[in-house]
Amino acid sequence: MASALINVPAKAKRGEIIEIKTLMSHIMETGYRHTASGEAVPRDIITSFICRFNGSEIFRADLFPAISANPFMSFFTTVTESGKFEFEWVGDNGFAEKASAAISVE
Amino acid sequence: MHDQSTRRDFIALAGSAAVFAVTLRPAEATPASMAAAIRSVVGGEPVKTGKVKLDVPPLVENGNTVPMTVSVASPMAPEDHVKSIHVFNEKNPQPNMGNFYLGPQAGRAQVSTRIRLADSQKVVAIAKLSDGSFWSASVDVVVTLAACTDEVV
Repeated sequence: MASALINVPAKAKRGEIIEIKTLMSHIMETGYRHTASGEAVPRDIITSFICRFNGSEIFRADLFPAISANPFMSFFTTVTESGKFEFEWVGDNGFAEKASAAISVE
Repeated sequence: MHDQSTRRDFIALAGSAAVFAVTLRPAEATPASMAAAIRSVVGGEPVKTGKVKLDVPPLVENGNTVPMTVSVASPMAPEDHVKSIHVFNEKNPQPNMGNFYLGPQAGRAQVSTRIRLADSQKVVAIAKLSDGSFWSASVDVVVTLAACTDEVV
């Protein structure tokens, strides 16, 4: 159900700084809303996002209810070798999603 | 005469103490919960204004999704880089918005995401540098349609 959109350039020059954009579909229910009958809607958010390149962590984020639905993240990294970016989202109610993208560096 | 000189000394001392107190205080008064959240990140370290650029539109129509970019002027070298960026707000139910952890391999200290704003308020970004110093920037945002935290679903 959950789906991720990843934007990583397929090719880059050695030492180039590239931008990585990610979007994960998720409701990011804040836990501060309530139903018509007055019951609080329980919190259901993504709490952490990690990006690794060839196994080592390059970016990590702690998310809070103040992050919009379908969390979008954009950040930068310097590429020195070809390899694989791995993305991981972890959240409430056992939410865990992974995605990956490869880059070839010349 | 002796009496007068001590009074003058006292006034000079009081004046310098006042200057000291002003420099220690943050640029503007912030609600207690945000101040507490910031304190839990920076500890007792002073937070200086500068180096950080916080891009949030000053006038927002829909508080449910507000684009935000934080960038920090840093060479991102192993000996001088940004370790983390923390974003806070005054009037959402929770003062924390996001924590972002980077390293020297990032090349550029810039992070973008989309945030919710429950009201017109001030947003503060604080960057932690590798030398342990903290730098901040703040933006006042006017929100016309708030992210409805008490909305009925």
